[in-house]
Amino acid sequence: MAEPMGFYTDTTVCIGCKACEVACKEWNQLPATNGGRNTLSGDSYDNTRRLDGIHWRHVKFVEQFDAERRQGRWLMMSDVCKHCVRAGCLEVCPTGAIIRTEFDTVVIQSDVCNGCRDCIGACPFGVIDINPVSGTAQKCTLCYDRMRAGMTPACAQACPTASINFGTIRDLKQKAQARVEQLHGRGERGAYLYGADEKMLGGLNSFYLLVDKPEVYGLPPDPKLPSRNLTPGSLWSALGAVVIGVVGLVSLRGRRDEHV
Amino acid sequence: MADSDCVIVMGSNMAECHPVAFRWPMIAKARGATIIHVDPRFTRTSAMADIYAPLRAGSDIAFLGGLINYVINSPRWNREPFFKTFVTQYTNAATIVSDEYKDAEDLDGVFSGLKPYTEKIKEWPLNGFLGEYDNASWQYAGQDGHAGTGWKASTQQSGEQAATDDKGAAKQGAAKQGAAAQPGAAQPKGSAPPNVPYEALVKGLLKPPSPRDETLANPQCVFQIVKRHFSRYTPEMVERVTGCPRETFLKVAETLLASSGADRTTSIAYAVAWTQHTNGPQVIGCAALLQLLLGNIGRPGAGIMALRGHASIQGSTDIPTLYHSIHGYMSHPSALKKHGTLKDWLAAETSPRGYWANTPKFMVSYLKSMYGAAATPDNDFAYTWHPKIIGDHSHLPMFVAMNEGRVKGMFCIGQNPATSINALVERRGLAKLEWLVVKDNWVTETAAFWSGAPEVKSGQVKVADIKTEVFFFPAAQVAEYDGSFTNTQRMLQWHYKAAEPPGDCRSDLWFTHQLAKRLKKLYAESTAPRDAGFKALTWDFDRDDTIPHEAGEVPPTAGDPDSLKILKEINGYYTDDPAKHVAGFGDLKEDGSTTCASWIYCGVFPAPDQNRSASRRADPPGTAGAQLGWAWAWPANRRIMYNRASADPRGRPWSERKKWVWWDEGQKKWVGLDVPDFATTKPPSARANPEAIGLDGLSGADPFIMKTDGKGWLYVPSGLVDGPLPTHYEPAESPVRNPVYKQQASPVYKYWKRDDNALVQPGDTRFPIVITTYRLTEHYLAGAMSRFNPWLTELQPELFIEMSPELAKEKGIANLDWVRVTTPRASVRAKALVTRRLRPFTIDGRVVHHVGMPWHWGYEGIVTGDVVNELTSLVADPNVSIHEGKAFVCNVEKA
Repeated sequence: MAEPMGFYTDTTVCIGCKACEVACKEWNQLPATNGGRNTLSGDSYDNTRRLDGIHWRHVKFVEQFDAERRQGRWLMMSDVCKHCVRAGCLEVCPTGAIIRTEFDTVVIQSDVCNGCRDCIGACPFGVIDINPVSGTAQKCTLCYDRMRAGMTPACAQACPTASINFGTIRDLKQKAQARVEQLHGRGERGAYLYGADEKMLGGLNSFYLLVDKPEVYGLPPDPKLPSRNLTPGSLWSALGAVVIGVVGLVSLRGRRDEHV
Repeated sequence: MADSDCVIVMGSNMAECHPVAFRWPMIAKARGATIIHVDPRFTRTSAMADIYAPLRAGSDIAFLGGLINYVINSPRWNREPFFKTFVTQYTNAATIVSDEYKDAEDLDGVFSGLKPYTEKIKEWPLNGFLGEYDNASWQYAGQDGHAGTGWKASTQQSGEQAATDDKGAAKQGAAKQGAAAQPGAAQPKGSAPPNVPYEALVKGLLKPPSPRDETLANPQCVFQIVKRHFSRYTPEMVERVTGCPRETFLKVAETLLASSGADRTTSIAYAVAWTQHTNGPQVIGCAALLQLLLGNIGRPGAGIMALRGHASIQGSTDIPTLYHSIHGYMSHPSALKKHGTLKDWLAAETSPRGYWANTPKFMVSYLKSMYGAAATPDNDFAYTWHPKIIGDHSHLPMFVAMNEGRVKGMFCIGQNPATSINALVERRGLAKLEWLVVKDNWVTETAAFWSGAPEVKSGQVKVADIKTEVFFFPAAQVAEYDGSFTNTQRMLQWHYKAAEPPGDCRSDLWFTHQLAKRLKKLYAESTAPRDAGFKALTWDFDRDDTIPHEAGEVPPTAGDPDSLKILKEINGYYTDDPAKHVAGFGDLKEDGSTTCASWIYCGVFPAPDQNRSASRRADPPGTAGAQLGWAWAWPANRRIMYNRASADPRGRPWSERKKWVWWDEGQKKWVGLDVPDFATTKPPSARANPEAIGLDGLSGADPFIMKTDGKGWLYVPSGLVDGPLPTHYEPAESPVRNPVYKQQASPVYKYWKRDDNALVQPGDTRFPIVITTYRLTEHYLAGAMSRFNPWLTELQPELFIEMSPELAKEKGIANLDWVRVTTPRASVRAKALVTRRLRPFTIDGRVVHHVGMPWHWGYEGIVTGDVVNELTSLVADPNVSIHEGKAFVCNVEKA
């Protein structure tokens, strides 16, 4: 396997231009919402709203101003599939459509996907959805086709301020850590990396530099794998079965009593 | 900008409207620079800024004036030798101004010389002036009115002033007679010596240099006038006028001053939010004044960055589509000025001192390019064939003329006037045309004005009543032909054809070339004298093998002209050996032996196999440099203009950190990281020769070589028609009385009085809200390039109006409610986007609400919306005739 590759997104330099969204759509030939006849969301400058089968990049806008405008900031963040080292989608895919590539990225093979939607529920980040054109589950491939040709993914190529960085995970982590230290040195104490260490699903191969809590950006503070739920889940199932059995017995008894 | 220690973005939403260029401030920020954004709205640029300073639209001069006042009175500025040296040596601070001059301080907001406008040109009464100035009293001491320094500025455009000012015109004539009376001046036609026929003429224009007081103590010196003029722009006044909290303003002022000096520099970036006012050029002049005071001109990381908003619009002012200018910023010959013969034009337009003394070489080479072999010394190089302008032919008066039935036909290429300023007037104008050619990527609002406009759909205007014949030509895209782009930093970058345009789509080059060829054919047999010029016009752009083309290109579209031949025509060549290109504008001649369409571009194509705009050699990463191998920037591949100012008067870098160009005593020449913008071997100690023309008339310590005195101008004696110093005026429409002066608005702005162009009077409570219009990243201009692209329309699908929660509450408007926005011109509907990014301002003690609307929408395309520009009015700055779409007033109600 080649060295793991991925994205490091520095949200402090994102200018919300959405060039990443457009570059992604152009390269991957994804359709626009309702042929482009979208409606105004009223939620800041975000009109595409979320990641889904036809939006593989999405820029979030968070307006934070107090009533007097003494404090104010406008956070922007280009979101994308996290290419988790332990990926929930890959774990649940029944057809083997979702694979781990030689770059340690996670790709859904459209021609193998049967559209069962299991992966949609399994992703703790809400990244995946059905592309209505193909009828299959789709998401960011980290431009697998471009990477195989030695090219930078379209979004990172288009980003004018180097908010989206592409490279080996090793280099990106170094770069990101240096940036966090630089920001701390300048008094931006709230800057931290999200998903850069292995504690989060073995590490996210697309990780972020944030300056507020993950929830502010719509990210789970502690994302879980579906398999993590298996043991407690099966315990609950067993317990549930016992309860149902007991209730059944009790009710039978009750009914019997009624008859009597 | 990557070298800046501080970047002030003001009059621009740089991150949104220039996202690619914004990477440079972001690099500066990563290196520790402070980014400041001054704007009515908290935008995506503000989000990246370290300091955001809110201000009311239309109050920029009050803010900048406050900075000037702060700087001049600050202890550091008065203490540090750098500032004193830069200002005394490199600007006109020491120059003495005429005793007749009266400042806005003395006359409660106006300058001496103001008089009501009198129309003299009856056949084209479209200049629209409210009033006008005679600038005789603004001149330096010892200089008479109009023949003084400074009329070289391209801003005084069409000669309205000269034509309506008998006194000035008479003076100009007198000055010329004086010139001709001197020995050796202006030779009779045909008898000029072959190589330097115009040197004597230029020499005849010389006048003694103006008196100076290097101590800056003389009360009539520019510095003292500037100091008095801005003395009332205190932080308190700034807060009263702009609504910017005093402490925020002071933070900006302190940061700016701390980031300027011998080893630190600040750059200022602006765009159309500075220009689109009835005093736009004065706002920019105010910033220039500030930057000169701080020594932030001609140095790395310094300067004033004019962010150009369209692809290659820099190129379209260099090789102009402007009515008042011919190639290379030379004045367009005008019927209203004394421009009757070539010698008249040269006498009126040549500055004897400074680099513009070479104007005869540039003009003769230009005429040789226009008329080729037919331009000879005996016929004044065919000057009389050149068209002359007869008034203000800019956009607004052109559409007023169209409404009056004075315009027969229109070619509309790369423009969408149906959604432009006071759009209803513009569409009425289109309906008066006999024919209209629209060449665009899609059927735009302009192409469909007769079928799709709201007034047509509503039945107010009947299609049958519109007689305009509309021709639509589909356009090719930029990647479908060869050509050059000139970007915002004056850099020409060649681009290659990458694909064949689909169907009938053709490039603008193809269209113009084919049109010219057909017209030439049409006129070929004409014997009318008026057609002689057109018949002689050079038009040799068919593709052949005279210039080698690189292999591997996509073959040209049939009928496309040879872009390299056009580049060659612009660059220039020798008339006796057309295969030999001119290497640089220093080689241009005034005897007709060289041709050059645009002298500032001379050198971009110095040899048939050297298209320097196609060069792509970057400096190695991490090295300090000017990227001189990456494409080519005019003039002469210089990346920073006036870079002599990056060294001190003795030619040494001001500091190690900010070194750029310096004098090398060993080599006896100017060296450095950039191409020096100075006579290469002229030592810093060289004295000015008052008897000499050109650069010899300036000293070795005068960096501003395009100026007649070699100085940066704090005070502008001529060149601007609305005053020698920037002064705060309210916009033509404002909800408040001018808190600074009795004079409410500019006394000389242009206004076209029409029933469909009514203005709101100050204090009219029916229209109490300030409105500004703007662009979003997701769309481009009037939408012709974005509202037809689903990937872009889904990002910003609907027209909206941004307003504060305070205003929304007052008006009972909720987020996403439909809102009706009204001005005396029109009323449009939009969805409310209620956000704390907008705020109410407290102006002169009372609350003034502020709204903003993007103007990208129209009635064609994938997504449609009302035309915001129907709200705007036909008012304009008197220098450049730009409208005031950035600041006017409206009312807002729930629809």
